[in-house]
Amino acid sequence: MNKRFALKLIAACAIAAASTAGFAQNVIKIANIVELSGGGASAGTNFKNGVELAVKEINAAGGILGKKIQTTTADTQSNPGVAKGLTQKAIDDDVFAIFGPVFSGSIMVSMAESRRAGVPNFTGGEAASITEQGNPFIFRTSFTQATAMPKVARYISDQAKLKSIAVIYVNNDFGKGGLDMIKKALANSPTKILAEISTEPSQVDFSAAVLRSKQSNADGVFVYSNEEESARLLRELRKQGWTKPVIGETTLTGQKVIELAGDAANGAVAHVGLTVDAPLPAIRAFRSKFEKEYKYISDHNGMKGYSGVYVLKAAIEKAGKLDRKAVADVLHTLKVRAADHPGVLMDVAFDSKGDLDRESFMIEVKNGQQVVVATLPPLGGPIGGSAIKAAPAKK
Amino acid sequence: MKLLQHKFGLAFTLAAAALLLVAPQYLKNYGVYLLSYWLVFVIAIMGLNLTTGYAGQKSLGHAAFFGIGAYTVAILMKAGISFWLGLPAAAVICFALGLVLGFPALRVQAIYLAFATLGFNTAIWLVMRNEEWLTGGTFGINNIARPAVLGYSLEGNRPYYYFVLAVTLVMAGLLWGLLRSPWGKAFKALRDNPIRAESLGIDIRNYTLLSFAIGAAYAGVAGALFASLVQFIEPGPFTVGASIMMYLMVVVGGAGYFFGPVLGAAVGVVLPEWMRDVPGVAAWYLPIFGASVVLMMVWLPDGLLSIPDRLKARRAAREASAQRAAKAAKMKAGS
Amino acid sequence: MTDFIQLFLSGLATGSIYALAALGFTLLWQASGTINFAQGEFVMLPAFMMLGFLSLGAPMLVSVVCTVLLAVLLLGWVFKRGVVDPLFKYGMMPIVVATIGLSIAMRNGVRAGYSAEAHPFPSLFADKLYNIAGVTVTLQDMGTFALAMVIVMATQAFLAKTVTGRAMQAVAQNTESASVLGINVPRMIFYTFAINAVLAVAAAMLVTPTYLAKFDMGEGLGTKAFFAAIIGGFNNSRGALLGGLIVGVCENLAAAYISPAYKDAVALVIFMVVILFKPQGLLGKKEERKV
Repeated sequence: MNKRFALKLIAACAIAAASTAGFAQNVIKIANIVELSGGGASAGTNFKNGVELAVKEINAAGGILGKKIQTTTADTQSNPGVAKGLTQKAIDDDVFAIFGPVFSGSIMVSMAESRRAGVPNFTGGEAASITEQGNPFIFRTSFTQATAMPKVARYISDQAKLKSIAVIYVNNDFGKGGLDMIKKALANSPTKILAEISTEPSQVDFSAAVLRSKQSNADGVFVYSNEEESARLLRELRKQGWTKPVIGETTLTGQKVIELAGDAANGAVAHVGLTVDAPLPAIRAFRSKFEKEYKYISDHNGMKGYSGVYVLKAAIEKAGKLDRKAVADVLHTLKVRAADHPGVLMDVAFDSKGDLDRESFMIEVKNGQQVVVATLPPLGGPIGGSAIKAAPAKK
Repeated sequence: MKLLQHKFGLAFTLAAAALLLVAPQYLKNYGVYLLSYWLVFVIAIMGLNLTTGYAGQKSLGHAAFFGIGAYTVAILMKAGISFWLGLPAAAVICFALGLVLGFPALRVQAIYLAFATLGFNTAIWLVMRNEEWLTGGTFGINNIARPAVLGYSLEGNRPYYYFVLAVTLVMAGLLWGLLRSPWGKAFKALRDNPIRAESLGIDIRNYTLLSFAIGAAYAGVAGALFASLVQFIEPGPFTVGASIMMYLMVVVGGAGYFFGPVLGAAVGVVLPEWMRDVPGVAAWYLPIFGASVVLMMVWLPDGLLSIPDRLKARRAAREASAQRAAKAAKMKAGS
Repeated sequence: MTDFIQLFLSGLATGSIYALAALGFTLLWQASGTINFAQGEFVMLPAFMMLGFLSLGAPMLVSVVCTVLLAVLLLGWVFKRGVVDPLFKYGMMPIVVATIGLSIAMRNGVRAGYSAEAHPFPSLFADKLYNIAGVTVTLQDMGTFALAMVIVMATQAFLAKTVTGRAMQAVAQNTESASVLGINVPRMIFYTFAINAVLAVAAAMLVTPTYLAKFDMGEGLGTKAFFAAIIGGFNNSRGALLGGLIVGVCENLAAAYISPAYKDAVALVIFMVVILFKPQGLLGKKEERKV
């Protein structure tokens, strides 16, 4: 009984202490709610590092509208329920904007809270359904599958000229969303999907999945899973002697995947929205800054976090005041050029749903490196005037 | 002595009750949410305490019932059926499934039973994850509403907390009554020596099944409350790992102690939340928790609530040996 | 048909790893009544030990030897003296609970202290493929199976043929008689723990290249090992081998022919069937219950 009383007393004191800390109004508070453990640890950690690097730079340059940014970070443990609770907590703390979670499954849940409170919420999630909920406060830092998949489909049918593919996807929000989108995108093309093979998050043994792909006799395989699983899949494909094209999206050729899969990653081709290997000056600058700060090379999640903060900065500056609703409204029609704001890394345009449109790249893994083999323009045409010319240079 | 202790205990209980009623006024949204979360787990752990602590049936599948309760309410509410039908439905379904789980318990003992319940949990979790048509699969079921009582909405965190508190008190009261009744004694007999109990005429079969069923029903009620509390249900919180944590919560609090679940749930659910804010420590909560369990088994195998008993026992032992020493001294002096 | 054989063979490889973990588990149970819930983490930790030694610059062979020694020390001696010995007198459940706590501590300790991410792990076998009569077999699968079999056979030969091994078996069957006969019981029990540690290291070396070293790699492995051990027969070391292989093969076949989503259910379905109809396991002997 004694313990219960004491525990509650401590609780009351802690909460009281926490609430007094939030009085300073000359900072802009940002909550970083990301996966630092569990299946999304790699993505979340990179995202967080990107955000913190951007914040550090912005503060050193004077902040936004003269105010410094203050970030707090919390670990969702890749668990949507936890993410929801943490979002509530951040809202209690009166933050201006929330960054994260990265995983689609988590943001789908936590954004109900940020929506209720009217707090702009930037996410790294890619599932199409995220921006189909009618939430005016959700903003992406990467493509929606609805934008990405048509580009991939175009590559598969027109450039790789594959008559048929097998699709191996992960059985979660992200994977299923991707599967639906690629099916839709390939519906009117000459490419047929001969097999849809479901795999589980954190799955370790892919021998059955690869075997099914082989049995389907497809001309190629489209792999859509998270980083670790993609690495294991690549290894298994190589192990079973698969020599046909392996095509995927950003998660297939990420830095971490290449590290984990080793030689098995060579030859994989992916459509990538963000890559540190893109031959653009802003991205090159980011890559070296990130590496200097954190002693390893960022992946696309780091770029998501970093560019997201700069997008927020651009929006606040355009709105001219620290008003969440005003900033959200500005964001819905925002076009930012990397020439003006190098922090956003590439020209980007937002729409009323919170989706963004940008250039993207086709990457092939050669000798353990990501090599840009093609640059694809934004779906909606060049942004704000002249398109950035990027020669498909080898790194 | 006993009367004084009783009064002491009563005072504490009243103070704690007062705090439970008043605390939400001083806490913000998240704090109230956390208290409700804790109470929901208290109910679930009370059920497990009955099955494992009082009746001695090693169940490592409790989270499955928790999940079934949650999904029942979620699915029914999505289909338009009221929460007030969903809650009893959850309890009844879990009761029935608990009976089903009890059957293997009749055939296998101790560690095999633990594995069987573990297997049951895995099976249920797989169904939750794979049968998308029913449970939404990995997407889960989102936007579960909170119920309304006689027109008064429980949507806010504070009203919902009081509702959960009320349910907790009712469930605790029922359990208290059950344990004081002859049934309670039968459960304890089942735990301590099942064969001897059988020889005394206690129907082992029925009590085994019942201990599972009632424990499961408690978890079902907790799950139903959980669904409306978090307003989003997915298979994640109902894995074997969650069952194991629940089991540990029973053990840490004190298996077979009535208030064990209160303490166990606080340690398992509330403590990690507080530690989350302490920089550098947050990630170490689980390793420290695990290590503490190991240490506890060596030094305090009956759980935290056994501390008063142990102190009492030690004091009694000391008194007894002091008395013996005095007697021996007297005898020596006398001879 | 070739597909079936392919699945069968790769299932044998996975199954042999389960067998290693299950064997250690069974031996511990037989020798000291310890149910080690942390068996999966006992495989995970040596994997990270290897990574640690490799990152310090030690060559492969040296790292393996160091890992074995460190594992025997930590997972054998420290585990026995620190956890099992003090709890021995309280019966089985406290040890079970303690090992549950231990598994949580180990798993999350690695996560917090080392890394939450997956890491690549060097394979003992080169990436070679062989095509025999239309069936593609990888060197890794065959090598894993062969090596695991060798280790299991060697362990069983040790237990059955050497004096120490027979002494260990005596301790497992009847501790009191064994000590009356002059056998150093605590030492024999320690040897069992040491063997378990070595088996765990072996399993780690064979499974981590595919699974990738991650703090939670032990979870699924441990559970499958338990089921495999019980399916095969808890009081028979050959049972662990059989159980592991059966689980490995059936899982693979089920994933391909029935449903990949229910793959994890295979082990537990077989387990439930065995438990209900032959609770002592496929190769086990019936045990009497003391009242």
